[in-house]
Amino acid sequence: MSEIQGWTLGFIIVTFAVYLGIAWRSRVKETTGFYVAGQGIPTVANGAAVAADWMSAASFISMAGLIAFLGSDGSIYLMGWTGGYVLLALLIAPYLRKWGKFTVPEFVGDRYSETVRTIAAIAAIIISFTYVVGQMRGGGIVFSRFLGLDITGGVIVAALIIFAYAVLGGMKGITWTQVSQYTVLIIAYLIPAIAVAQQATGIPIPQVSFGQILDELNAMSVQMGLSQFTEAFSARPQIDVFLVTMSLMIGTAGLPHVIVRFYTTKTVRGARYSAFWALFFIALLYTTAPAVGAFTKLNVLEAVNGVAVDALPAWVDNWAATGLITFGENVTTIGSVSNNPASGADLIVNNDILVLASPEIAGLPAPIVGLVAAGGMAAAMSTAAGLLLVISSSFSHDLYFRRVKKDSTDKQRLLAGRIAMGLAVLISVYAGINPPAFVAQVVAFAFGLAAASFFPVIVLGIFWKRCNATGAAAGMVSGMVFTAAYMIYTLPVFGTAAHAHIFDISPEAIGTIGAIVNFIVTIVVSKMTAPPPEEISEMVENIRYPAATRRTVSAGTTGDAA
Amino acid sequence: MTEVSPDSSPGGGETPPPTTAPPDNGWRQEYWRRNLRLMVILLAIWFVVSFVCGILLIQPLNNIVIAGFPLGFWFAQQGSIYVFVILILVYAKMMDRLDNEYGVNEQPAEGGAK
Repeated sequence: MSEIQGWTLGFIIVTFAVYLGIAWRSRVKETTGFYVAGQGIPTVANGAAVAADWMSAASFISMAGLIAFLGSDGSIYLMGWTGGYVLLALLIAPYLRKWGKFTVPEFVGDRYSETVRTIAAIAAIIISFTYVVGQMRGGGIVFSRFLGLDITGGVIVAALIIFAYAVLGGMKGITWTQVSQYTVLIIAYLIPAIAVAQQATGIPIPQVSFGQILDELNAMSVQMGLSQFTEAFSARPQIDVFLVTMSLMIGTAGLPHVIVRFYTTKTVRGARYSAFWALFFIALLYTTAPAVGAFTKLNVLEAVNGVAVDALPAWVDNWAATGLITFGENVTTIGSVSNNPASGADLIVNNDILVLASPEIAGLPAPIVGLVAAGGMAAAMSTAAGLLLVISSSFSHDLYFRRVKKDSTDKQRLLAGRIAMGLAVLISVYAGINPPAFVAQVVAFAFGLAAASFFPVIVLGIFWKRCNATGAAAGMVSGMVFTAAYMIYTLPVFGTAAHAHIFDISPEAIGTIGAIVNFIVTIVVSKMTAPPPEEISEMVENIRYPAATRRTVSAGTTGDAA
Repeated sequence: MTEVSPDSSPGGGETPPPTTAPPDNGWRQEYWRRNLRLMVILLAIWFVVSFVCGILLIQPLNNIVIAGFPLGFWFAQQGSIYVFVILILVYAKMMDRLDNEYGVNEQPAEGGAK
């Protein structure tokens, strides 16, 4: 075992022991704790948990690598995955907290009808499942490189550990575990980034110092057959950049596993501040990511430029062993680099390894490399656990309890939830071993579907009292079908032929159009059918004001009629 | 700041409240209207820093270079994110004020007992 493997193993074992210990201490026996942590989580802690839940393997492992190769157009992920929180904080979180129950399908069910709830539960399961696959893959990559397993073994180990504490702790265990995971992942991300920035420019603030190397990086990129780093729309056309960013933003605000986190705060006010803390913690990583991308890319290009294949640095060989770095045919000296195997470049570097490899590339010591591996695992596992919980609650709370066995006890529902989680783990392990696309891309599809299904009906449900069940059901189904159809039409991953993009709109961007379809269908169908009953209007009216009763008016009953 | 609109004008794009709602509806409409106005202003800023500065006008803005960063590129990869964080903080603070003003802020006991 090499020194790096030893440190990696050490960090991973210590951090996992901490996570499992927390999960054990906060294990739960009743559904409130399992789904919404008894609604007793402090605001800052909830913010950190949301941030860990949010920042997945895609954010930690893939994003900086993607930005390194996308250059300026990497902003789709940076803005897309942060801007959604503004929508969430202003349009959704406080109102759903005021309404205050367990799941997103449950809100949709109360606001519209049981049919809409069933559609929403199925949508939540599909979206979360698509997303969880990316996490399994991310965990597998970390294990395979640092522990010397193959990808299959890595995915299985990652899945077992996630399953153990998600099943044990439910939301309560997950929330406190995620607070510790956020701490691990942000330290693991910032330390090497600061070290690399200091090394390259003498300024230890990566957000500021990467401006200094942009000229050099632009020149170097062109020399190695890539486009300039700061040149806009070199990777995607402008309309596509616009639509992908929008799709990721409204997808973020519509993702069930994110929305549900705002149910765990004590108050409506707490939900607003949780959103602030969440984005604050997320921004720490997201503003660092483009710097990591730029520095690492420059380091990679400088390390391999004009070097003979048998004289390359050791990290190249280490990653080549996992199959994530490959060489072009008959290459003796490296003259060009790409992330695209079809480009014919001399050296093909997979996006997913750049962050994990950055300390090695910059020549940082082994403990830091191990720390980064533990951070990558923390990111993948915290997100996977949150997603599994949504799958489990959607299944047991919204489908099983409502549709199959209406008189089921609390205990039976917990068991059904845990079984659903187990099944989800098994299927996602399979899909993680045979992934449809890059980690970040797999995740992007989940966003398109969330954007096209949940966001419009939730926002209309809060802001437009006239919106009714028929409209919402028609809107969600048409938005999802439209979006999924375009993805299947343009992507070969579902076993169909890939067709060219229509109007330069990529499958990642289609969620925006899907959301517009959903909005229009919901509004038109609602207008054509009868308005919702009065008690629904009253419910909508009530969620708009944080307190149950106005202070100056004498207080009535404390509990909301529910 | 504390401009109070007369009750006669209906809320922008809102359906009128149901007839069964309590009669003291004036303050509710007003609270909601001010909430919506704040929301629209903040969302306009959200759109300008990200979609306008970071995407639509990125190329002209890139001609301005500050501390090594072309300005459009900086908005797309750094500036917009900083503004997003500030927007949510401003929203939470302003809503605190609005809630207090209209007496709909939560009592410490409320919610905690649920």
